[in-house]
Order: sequence, then C-alpha cells, then structure tokens
Amino acid sequence: MNYSIECKQLSKNFGTLRAVQGVSMQIPTGSVFGLLGPNGSGKTTTIRLMLGLLQPDAGSVRVFGLDPISQGDQVREQCGALLEHTGLYERLSAEDNLQFYGQLWHMPQRELQARIKELLGKLDLWDRRKEIVGSWSRGMKQKLAVARAMLHQPKLVFLDEPTSGLDPVAAAALNNDLLKLVKDEQATIFLTTHILSEAEKVCNLVGVLRRGELIAFGGPHTLTQSTRNAIVDIFGQGLTDPAILEKLRNMPQVRQVEAVDGHLEIGLEGTAEPSEVVKTLVMNGASVDEVRRRKAGLEESFLKLMEEENA
Amino acid sequence: MLRDIWTISKKDIREVIFSRGNKRGGLISILVVVGLIGVYFPLFSQDTWFTSPIAVLNWAWMPIFMVTSLVTDSIAGERERHTLETLLASRVTDQAILLGKISAAVLYGWGLFMVSLLVGAVTINVANWGGPLQFYPLDFFIACAGLSLLLCVFISTIGVFVSLRAPTARIAYQRLSLSMLALVLLPVVLTQFLPQGSLVPMLAALETINLQKAFLILGIALLALDVLFILAALARFKRTRLILE
Ligand SMILES: Nc1ncnc2c1ncn2[C@@H]1O[C@H](COP(=O)(O)OP(=O)(O)O)[C@@H](O)[C@H]1O
Ligand SMILES: [Mg+2]
Repeated sequence: MNYSIECKQLSKNFGTLRAVQGVSMQIPTGSVFGLLGPNGSGKTTTIRLMLGLLQPDAGSVRVFGLDPISQGDQVREQCGALLEHTGLYERLSAEDNLQFYGQLWHMPQRELQARIKELLGKLDLWDRRKEIVGSWSRGMKQKLAVARAMLHQPKLVFLDEPTSGLDPVAAAALNNDLLKLVKDEQATIFLTTHILSEAEKVCNLVGVLRRGELIAFGGPHTLTQSTRNAIVDIFGQGLTDPAILEKLRNMPQVRQVEAVDGHLEIGLEGTAEPSEVVKTLVMNGASVDEVRRRKAGLEESFLKLMEEENA
Repeated sequence: MLRDIWTISKKDIREVIFSRGNKRGGLISILVVVGLIGVYFPLFSQDTWFTSPIAVLNWAWMPIFMVTSLVTDSIAGERERHTLETLLASRVTDQAILLGKISAAVLYGWGLFMVSLLVGAVTINVANWGGPLQFYPLDFFIACAGLSLLLCVFISTIGVFVSLRAPTARIAYQRLSLSMLALVLLPVVLTQFLPQGSLVPMLAALETINLQKAFLILGIALLALDVLFILAALARFKRTRLILE
C-alpha cells in the first residue's frame, strides 16, 4: 500500500495545552480521508503540522515520505489547501485570486485560464468571476477557496472544515460539489469536519479526534453501522437462567454475555447478527419480547464525545 | 524565486490600488501624488526646480509614506485578514514572500517618486515651451534616484519588523509613521538644545560641504543598513514562527 501521509506518535503542545497527542495513522494515496472531531480537538493543528506550518514537539509526520519541516517546500509543492480561513483576497476579483495562485504555482498562462474556466464552471461561479470577492456570500467564498486549493491539480488536498459557517442547504450543495470534484481529480483528500453525516457522505476513510487523541480510525461504515462489536439488549422472560447463559457464552458469534436487571446485554463478534442468539434463547425455553441493537463502535464514541463537548 | 517575488509584488500593489474597493479610488490617489510632485510643485517653483534641486528633496517624504502604507498593509494587513496562512501553505519559500513584499513597497513608493520626477521635468519643459531643453543636473538625478531607492528599502525593512509585532495593519501603519516622523523631527528638535549662536556657523559649514561626498557617505551608510536589515528580516520571517503569533 502506498501512503501519502504517515504519522507516528505525532504531538504538539501549546504551553501546557496538549493540542495533538500521540496521533499515529496512515492515509493511503487516493483516499478521501475525513478527520472528525469537535471544536478544539486539534484538527487544524494536525493539518498545520502536515504542511510544515508548525513544528511537532514529539513524534513524526511524513508527507510523500518527506519531512514537512526540513523538506517543507517540497511537501507544499505537491499540496493544495483550504485552511481555517478562506485565505481569499477580498479586495480582488475571484479571477484575480485564482490568477495569483496559478502564477505562484508556475502554471502556464493558457493552462491556467482553461483550468480557471473549468473549475469556476463546475462550481457555478464562472459568470461572477469579475466580481470583488468581498461582496460574496460565505458559501460562494468557500467554493472559490476550494477551487483555489485544487487549481494546480495537487496530489494532496487539505480542506479544513470546508462547510463551516454555511447553512445546511449551502453545506449540502458544497458537499455535492466536493464529491463531483473528488471524482474528477484523483487526488488524495484530507478534510476535517465536526459533522458526522458529512464525513459519511464524502469520505472513504475516517478518523475521530478527541482532545488531541485519535480515538478511532477506519472506514465510514464503522461509524454508522453498528455491526462492529455491536451490543444488543434482549428483553423477555427466563433469560437469565444460568444454563442458558452458559449456552450463549459458548456460541462463536458471542463475545460476552451479561445479565443486567433481568435483561441480557450481549456483545456480538464482528458482523454477527443477533438472530442466532434469539433462536438459541427460544429453543432453550426463554421467551423474547424485544431485541434492541445499541449504537456502537465509532458512532457511539463519536456521539458521546460530541455530547460531552456540547455540555 | 525571482518569478515568485514578482508575482507577490504585483499582487500586493494591485491590492493597495484596489484598497478602497474600486480601482478608480486607488488610481486617483496615485494621480494626486504624481500631480503634486510632477506638476503642481514644479510649476510653483518654476526655474528653481532644476537649478536649486534641493527643493525637490522637500517632497521626498511623500513616497516614504507610500512605502509605509504598502508594507504594513501587505504584512500586518495580510495577517489581520487571514490570508497570510494560506500563502504560507503554498509552495513559495519564506524568502520569496518576504522579498516580494519588500519589493512591492519599494516599487510602489520609489517607482512613483521617479515617475513624478520625470513628469516634473516634462512639466517644466512644457511650461517653458520654445526655450532650451532642460533637465535635472545629471549627478543630482542619479544621486536622488539611488538615495531614494536605498531609503525606500530601509523603510520597508523597518516596516517588516513593525508589522510583525503589530496586531493590525492600522496599528502597524501608525507606529511606522510615528517612527518616520521622529526620524525627520529629531534633527530639528536637537538644534533647540544647541548653545546659542552655534547654529549660524554650523549652517555656514553645511553650505561649504561637498554635496557629492555627503551623498556618497549617506548612500554607503544606507546600503550597509539595508543589507543588515534585510538579512535580519530574512532570519526573522519563518513560517513556523509566523503561525504561532
Ligand atoms: N497558536 C496557538 N496557540 C495556542 N493555542 C492554540 C493555538 N492553536 C490552537 N490552539 C489550541 O489547541 C487546541 C486545538 O485547536 P485546533 O487544532 O484549532 O482545533 P480544531 O481545529 O479541531 O477546532 C485548542 O484548544 C486551541 O485553543
Ligand atoms: Mg479548526
């Protein structure tokens, strides 16, 4: 597997505040990675470390196998970025903004013109390219900033909360545009968000950051489907008979069994379904009233951490 | 590297010209400067514009203030408006960004001053239409061009340091302007403390001074300061430090 980004025990402190703590992950080339986490969890700091804008205090990060601090210019050469702020020159027109960055990337003028037309066309901004950016809505600015990040067809694109500050309709529209662009561009995308459904829709790989620590990492299904190490609650009569518990514990699909307040908490292995468990219960004389599947795995932890932060 | 410096300079100058939201506003303020130094003052002083060129130097502070406004806008302003970090995330080197911003300020201030001087020469010749063609004494013109260039570089490097410490472009501009004013007023204030009667012989001594030699010494001193300050600014302008502030 070819990785665009690899970090090991990456850490960054601001005084006593541990903004990023021992983050280790590998982002395969070509993936659309979403880093999820509430405000202040260290998403922006992580991106800054990867672009060589901040120096890590411990651990290491490699982008295309290069060190962003000592080989920063080579790293940034291959990246595009929409950071915390759009970074647009609001006194200049949309076209001037893209012209400036295109020239900084040494794009030949004709190619640059064609690329500006292509991107602004896809984002429905072409007719408004001569307007001063300062007069634009937040959604239009974000779109233009996405275009600027992808202008020179970088191999790796960082998008730091691209939908932040947008109303749900504008955010959904931008996400659709992102999906469209991602399909065409064949770049590795590293985006951050604090909205679970957004990551689920756009990304094929996700990580969850909480107070600077990476608490989860994997495919987006692990976030939304409760199949992985799911927990089922089973209500009914005669469930807690010791012989029945023993039978359940011996099933290969069952990881753990707990009798709580007359009902059962059953931890299932991997992608196992609870139907076999129910069958075993019924065949052994118990009656089952209700089977409730808990939200588990990443989604549970993500929701829990969002609740904590919102409280 | 040179290409990046030029791209950044062009953008910074363009931004200042657009600073009032429209191109016209920015161009008008440029026309005012060129109009004053290039047309109004030459017409006002007529023949002495060429013969006693010290009059020209009286207006040298104008480009200085243009340098001040551009350098603070392009460094402190760019940070205040949150565009600097995106620039720092691009492929351009720290050095190219810094030198691009210094050259933008120098091109803007010094360039306008030189254009104004040339327009001034045209103005006088047009006013005395039919007479012999006149121009500044060549050695004066060269000295003027060289010294104002060195001075603009000097001020923009000071502007870099002031801008990096100031929270906003406005504050940076105020601080830099104040220090420029102090630099100009200092000699005036100092003469107040001189013993009675010593001023007259000093002025007499100034009259006999070899102007060429004085310009040369001033030029070398400024050049040395410029090199020193540019090196210091290059050492200071590092992205990992800029983000933290
Ligand atoms: N330059 C800085 N100086 C001091 N603290 C900072 C700085 N940048 C970020 N922090 C702190 O580090 C933590 C992580 O911030 P950040 O990476 O911006 O989180 P996120 O992008 O997930 O909202 C926050 O507590 C924030 O206040
Ligand atoms: Mg952030």
